[in-house]
Amino acid sequence: MAAEVLILGGGVGGTIVANLVAKQSSGKAHVTVVDATGIHVYQPGFLYVAVGQERPAALQRPETSLLRDDVSLVVERAVRVDPVTRKVLLESGRTLGYDHLLLATGSRTVMDEVPGANDAHTFYTMDGAARLFEALEAFDGGSIVIGVAGIPYKCPPAPVEFVFLLDDYLRARGIRDKSEIKLLSPLNRAFTIEATSKLVQPILAERGIELTGFFNVESVDPVVGTVSSLEGETVAYDLLVLVPPHRGQKVIEDSGLGDERGWVPVDKNTLKHTQFEQVWAIGDTTNIPISKSGSVAHYEASVVAAEIIAAVRGEAAPAHVYDGKVMCFLETGRGEATTIRFDYDHPPVSPSPARRWHWAKALFNKTYWHTVPQGRLP
Amino acid sequence: MSTVQIDNRGPREIEDFVGLKTIDARGMACPGPLMNLIGAIRQGQVGQVFEVLSSDEGSRTDIPAWVAKAKHDLIEVIEDQGYAHFIVRKAR
Repeated sequence: MAAEVLILGGGVGGTIVANLVAKQSSGKAHVTVVDATGIHVYQPGFLYVAVGQERPAALQRPETSLLRDDVSLVVERAVRVDPVTRKVLLESGRTLGYDHLLLATGSRTVMDEVPGANDAHTFYTMDGAARLFEALEAFDGGSIVIGVAGIPYKCPPAPVEFVFLLDDYLRARGIRDKSEIKLLSPLNRAFTIEATSKLVQPILAERGIELTGFFNVESVDPVVGTVSSLEGETVAYDLLVLVPPHRGQKVIEDSGLGDERGWVPVDKNTLKHTQFEQVWAIGDTTNIPISKSGSVAHYEASVVAAEIIAAVRGEAAPAHVYDGKVMCFLETGRGEATTIRFDYDHPPVSPSPARRWHWAKALFNKTYWHTVPQGRLP
Repeated sequence: MSTVQIDNRGPREIEDFVGLKTIDARGMACPGPLMNLIGAIRQGQVGQVFEVLSSDEGSRTDIPAWVAKAKHDLIEVIEDQGYAHFIVRKAR
C-alpha cells in the first residue's frame, strides 16, 4: 500500500515537492496537496502590478495545471493538524490522515497589527498592488513614503526595488520633480545585506530617493498623514506604502506547530520539524534565519522531496542537505538589475547593475510556469 | 555600557534580570541578531531585559547603534567564546 504524503499549501515549495515525490517515489507514495484556493499565485509579480507593468491575471493559474496527474488536489482550508495521531482537519469537518506531512502554508500579512495602518497601501497582496497602482495613477505630486512594519517579511529586496520602479514611473509621467520618494529602512542601511546596500545606496542618492535608517514602523496617523517609528521618529506622507507585518498561517498557530509568530521550528539543513516525527516545513513557513522568498522554497524543495522519498522507502535520510542557498534579482530601475547570491557559509555577492540581469529576471518571471513548479530547474 | 570578559562571572548571573528574554542568534548572519532583538523589543514590556547571543561581527556595531537610536539601554556587552552577549533593557 502506498504511503500517504500530505502537503499543506500549493505555493512554490508545496507544488515542487508534490511533483518530485510523485515522480520519484516509484508508486510507493500517494501525494495529496491541500490548498485553500486552488489558485497558484506568482507573488514576485505583485511589484510590477503596483507600477502598471503587469496584469493580475497573468500572475495566477489553477494549481491543477501545475501538478502531475497522479497528485490529488483538495481545495479546502486546513484548520488543525494533530501530529500525534497524524491527522489533518479541514474546514468542512473532513479529516485526512498522513504518513508524512509537509507544511508549506507560507506566511500571511497582518496589516491590522499596525495601529492606524488599515488604509495604508501595500504591494504585498494582489489586491493591494492593484489598488496601489490606481492610487499612483491618481497621484499628481507630493510625498510618497515607503516603510517596513515588521520583520521578517517576504522578499527583502522588494521595498528597494519598488522605490526604483516608482522613480521610473513618476519620471515617465513627468511628475518626478513634484514628488518626493522616502524609503524608511528598518536597518541603518537600505537593505538587510551590507554588500548589496553599498551597491544600491549611491543609486538611491543619484535618483533623489531619500533614505532614513533605523525606522521600524510602529503606527500610522491617517488623519494627519504621518507614520511613526519604534525608534521615536515621525514622518509626514501624502501616499503611504507599507510592507505589512508577517506571521505564519493560522492553522500552524492553532495547532501549536510554530513559535509565537507562527513560524515552524525546523532543522536549518534537513527542514525537519524539531519536535514532531515525519513533519517537514518549507519556504516562508519555517523559522530558519534566511530570506522568506520563493527562491528559498525552490532550493529547499529538492532536499525536502529527497528526505520524504527516503522516509517513504524506509531508507536512511539522504546526505544532501539544504545549504542556505538563495539567489534573487534586485531591480535598480532604468531597465537594469543586479543579483544576490549567498548560502549559510558564503556571504552575499552582487554584480554591478546591468540590463542583462533585468532581462534575466523578466525571462524567469515569464518561464516560471513551465519550469519551477514541475521541479525542472534544479 | 561596559564590556567585560567572562572570568569569574558566568553568563548565569545574567538570568538575575527580572523577565529576562534570551535570543540565541548565534550562527545567524548580520542583521539577523539585530532584527530578532527589534522584534522582541516590539513585543516586550518597558523595563524588560533582553539578552542577545550573537557570533556575528556586524552585531558589535549594529546592535549598540540601534539601541542608542531607539533610546533603550545597552547594559553590557559580555565577550564569550566565539560570541558575545548583548544585554539590553527596553527603556520606553
